[in-house]
Amino acid sequence: MSEPIIQMIGVNKWYGDFKALTDIDFTVNKGDKIVVCGPSGSGKSTMIRTLNWLEAHQEGKIIVNGHEMHAKMKNVDAVRMDVGMVFQHFNLFPHMTVLENLKAGPMWVRGVKEDAAHKTAMKFLDRVRIPEQADKYPGQLSGGQQQRVAIARSLCMQPKVMLFDEPTSALDPEMVAEVLDTMIELANDGMTMVCVTHEMGFAKAVADRVVFMDEGKIIEENDPHSFFDNPQNPRTQNFLSQILQH
Amino acid sequence: MLFADTVVPDPAVHKPKVMAIMVAVGFVLFSLMGLNDTIFGEFMRPVIGEPKESGLFGNLATGLVISIIFTINVVLIGFLPFRAQVFVVWIELLALFLAFFYSFGLDFTFIRSKVWFMISQGVFTTLYISAISIILASIVAIFGAVAKLSSNGFANAIATFYTSFFRGLPLLMQVYLIYLGLPQLGYVIDAVPAGILALTLCYGAYMTEIFRAGIQSINKGQWEASRAMGFKFGLTMRRIILPQAMPLIIPPTGNQFIAMLKDSSLVSVIGVWELMFLARTLGNKDFKHMEMLITAAMIYWCLTMVLEVIQSRIERHYRTVSH
Ligand SMILES: Nc1ncnc2c1ncn2[C@@H]1O[C@H](COP(=O)(O)OP(=O)(O)OP(=O)(O)O)[C@@H](O)[C@H]1O
Ligand SMILES: [Mg+2]
Repeated sequence: MSEPIIQMIGVNKWYGDFKALTDIDFTVNKGDKIVVCGPSGSGKSTMIRTLNWLEAHQEGKIIVNGHEMHAKMKNVDAVRMDVGMVFQHFNLFPHMTVLENLKAGPMWVRGVKEDAAHKTAMKFLDRVRIPEQADKYPGQLSGGQQQRVAIARSLCMQPKVMLFDEPTSALDPEMVAEVLDTMIELANDGMTMVCVTHEMGFAKAVADRVVFMDEGKIIEENDPHSFFDNPQNPRTQNFLSQILQH
Repeated sequence: MLFADTVVPDPAVHKPKVMAIMVAVGFVLFSLMGLNDTIFGEFMRPVIGEPKESGLFGNLATGLVISIIFTINVVLIGFLPFRAQVFVVWIELLALFLAFFYSFGLDFTFIRSKVWFMISQGVFTTLYISAISIILASIVAIFGAVAKLSSNGFANAIATFYTSFFRGLPLLMQVYLIYLGLPQLGYVIDAVPAGILALTLCYGAYMTEIFRAGIQSINKGQWEASRAMGFKFGLTMRRIILPQAMPLIIPPTGNQFIAMLKDSSLVSVIGVWELMFLARTLGNKDFKHMEMLITAAMIYWCLTMVLEVIQSRIERHYRTVSH
């Protein structure tokens, strides 16, 4: 049953002289929901961005959907199509309407016909509960709505796995819930997800595993129950006591 | 417009002190100009007698009257609302300007006999050379900008060399180099294509910088989102980055077009029948140089004014489209 869709094996990454990732071993199986957390600067974004090779790694192996990611690979775009990514700052295309944002990927790189792309787009807009915003521009939406559009845009590509990099941390508190709800629904529908977030409620609700990073290393990886109730590493304990205070 | 304050002070020109200074300065300046032997002196004849013989007194009297009229005019304009002020001052400046040309004693029948040819032949040639060149220059600029931003050493070197060279030489020299230099290499080139080529290469070099700045101003996140969805470089550039960079690229490009319209006069040196060429040649036979030059100048001015209006329309369009 456990079929790996992402594997990182002994991955090291440097930014110039600075070592950003050290000996990362990490596997995501189909259907897994994994939450990555850790202090600022610990390498969470770096790790998740090497998974679709927005950042290059220098040592070790990253295998995504059966393809090894490396500088000479021919089909990086084909791999990326199957890996949805949601950013902290949404990164919607501001010169296109919501609907156009959603149709762009399927039509331009998947070769989907306009009608079919439109249908898929409306389906996912319904799913994130903002079908009435279809003809607006991203700049006319609230942050929470924009992030839900960004999630829908990724879903329209029918990805096999979704990566989230702090999807709620640029949002006002009252908008965090609506985005988390969307993500919880997505998880319940069986989407494979890797999610960098400090929303511990979300982690408890949906995560199969929680990964804790510090200084470019994975310090601890466990199921949420053990992770929160019985953290092993002192650094994890320290981190949890800090964020659970609030 | 700059920031408009909510508190509106009285116009400076309504302060008695300012009015007094205007009259005084005007009096000195106009008197120094010795205006009693001009049309103004004629108007003063009842006061100063025969203008030619009125001497210092005539000069001072004329200067005083003109400075008072000038000040009253300015004070009255001060009462008008903004738009009317702009309009009236424009008209007055234009009238002064025309009066200045009129005082040259130009031969207007000569101008009238040539002006249609100048417009049909000269304006047409000027416009189509400029339009073709600006379009080609934009295409050159896109490639130049991408090459300049690229991590490919060849592309970068060629692009930087190109922009450095064509921004470094006077355009006139480029026109000569292309028109006279290419035949040396065995390619005989007509004057019009040579002119278009020179303008394209020169403006392409300047516009490379405009496009580069426009492309660079787009947030890195737009690239990341595009690449993360599997968009290739060209697709991302065409559909995501350039459309967003356009509002930043269009206004300076409009400026370049206006500048090019006038710089296209340099291709007259290789015998292209554009506006400047006609201005220099049509008047030659009859020694009416001034007539033709001034006519051409007015035509250039009108053209650029039309273009400025079009440019501001386009700018407004892009402001409303991009949110
Ligand atoms: N492009 C870069 N060049 C050099 N150093 C970088 C670059 N990007 C990140 N770093 C460094 O790598 C380390 C890890 O950064 P990363 O963005 O992965 O942290 P993070 O865990 O996502 O932090 P945060 O919670 O603040 O987003 C940081 O020390 C950062 O300064
Ligand atoms: Mg981060």
